[in-house]
Amino acid sequence: MDAVLKNLPYLLGGFLTNLQLAAFALGGGISLGALVGLGRISKRPWVYYPVTLYVNFLRNIPLILVIFWFFFVMPILVGKTMDPFVSAAVSFVVFEATYFGEIFRAGFQSISKDLVSAAYSTGLTYRQTAAYILVPIAVKRMLPSLITQSIITFQDTSLAYVIGLQEMVRRTTIVDSLEVRSVQLYTFVAILFFVICFVGSRISLHYEEKSRKAKVL
Amino acid sequence: MLAYKFDWGVLWRQPYGEWLLQGLWLTIQLGALAWVIALSLGILFGTLRSVRFWPLRILGALYVEIFRNIPFLVQLFFWFYAGPMLLGKTLQFKINQISGLNYYIAIFGLGLYTASRVAEHVRAGFASIGHGQFDAVLSTGMTRLQMYWYVMIPHALRLIIPPLTTEFLTIFKNSAVAMTIGVAETTFMSYKIDEQTFHGLEATTGAMAIYLVLGMTVVKLMDLIETRFRIPGLMSR
Repeated sequence: MDAVLKNLPYLLGGFLTNLQLAAFALGGGISLGALVGLGRISKRPWVYYPVTLYVNFLRNIPLILVIFWFFFVMPILVGKTMDPFVSAAVSFVVFEATYFGEIFRAGFQSISKDLVSAAYSTGLTYRQTAAYILVPIAVKRMLPSLITQSIITFQDTSLAYVIGLQEMVRRTTIVDSLEVRSVQLYTFVAILFFVICFVGSRISLHYEEKSRKAKVL
Repeated sequence: MLAYKFDWGVLWRQPYGEWLLQGLWLTIQLGALAWVIALSLGILFGTLRSVRFWPLRILGALYVEIFRNIPFLVQLFFWFYAGPMLLGKTLQFKINQISGLNYYIAIFGLGLYTASRVAEHVRAGFASIGHGQFDAVLSTGMTRLQMYWYVMIPHALRLIIPPLTTEFLTIFKNSAVAMTIGVAETTFMSYKIDEQTFHGLEATTGAMAIYLVLGMTVVKLMDLIETRFRIPGLMSR
């Protein structure tokens, strides 16, 4: 374990970047995803069709290609070279929102029409109904799927490697090129990701069982 | 806005247009060959999770948990950089001499990773069949092995064709990660065009179109398979 221990602060610093990127990706992706989900059940064609196109398009494209695309397009839009972290964060929000959006859509569609009518009849506007009724119920019902997708998003942050972001995997390749201790270095990275994702998947399972027992809301 | 001159010509001008098509051919190979591994191992480990003998159940669960909870990029790097080292000095030397080693490792790694996802669907398929059928099949005098091979696995597979379609689409998308170990598939080629022409935006946009067309083709193909193998009276679509 000497190569790992010697470079531990450097490697863990990279892991912190993964965590930060995941925080942005999840915060932005889930918020935008809730809006995308609302768009996907919208009765207005000028909302429904563009959102559906956006979702179906991006879900057919590899994330790694989307990361590249934003890395190329951002400097053109902004007018200066882009920090890889910002570029990666934007790609993740735009990309993951389509996956979270489909989870939200499934959640919204599980809500009975009567409940929505009841909300309107109390005088709530569409915006209030969405914010206080639809989204909270969908989050609660879809919690296991949301957690699972969050774990996938966290794993995906390693792909920012390709635009040179100094995250954990990028730093591991750098350390490995100096130390040539591939087995211990990559095992260490794998274990670190495994522990966090495994704990996450147990939490997801816990909520799944809980909602199965409760049957309702 | 920077003054950026679009040059969509990089998508068909030689040799770049040909590069993208070569990349597509490699993407198809990676996805299709890895799918063979993913399906075989996925069925195996998914079935193990439903057997009565608990050590085998644990083995199935262990496989799924390990391969699902580690990012595919990390797995790929592990097989590519650390894998040969695990085999000892002499074998490591021989392995590293294989030409196109990255191509084989990409197929192998992608197959092992996707197998864990397939295994989860297979397990769900078994769970939806119900215990009655197990008892019924055994009462006909079949051995447990025959029961799995002739009845349960075919039944479970026909039930899970829709999620398997999604996995089959995903395997082509995940194959793009193989570019990180130098496999010249579609995404790799679009990046290579950027290095040569600085028109990465056009090249990656072209690559997106390629993945889109590939994805639509796969969906059409799986629709045909689903209609062919649909269980009568069950899937109404």
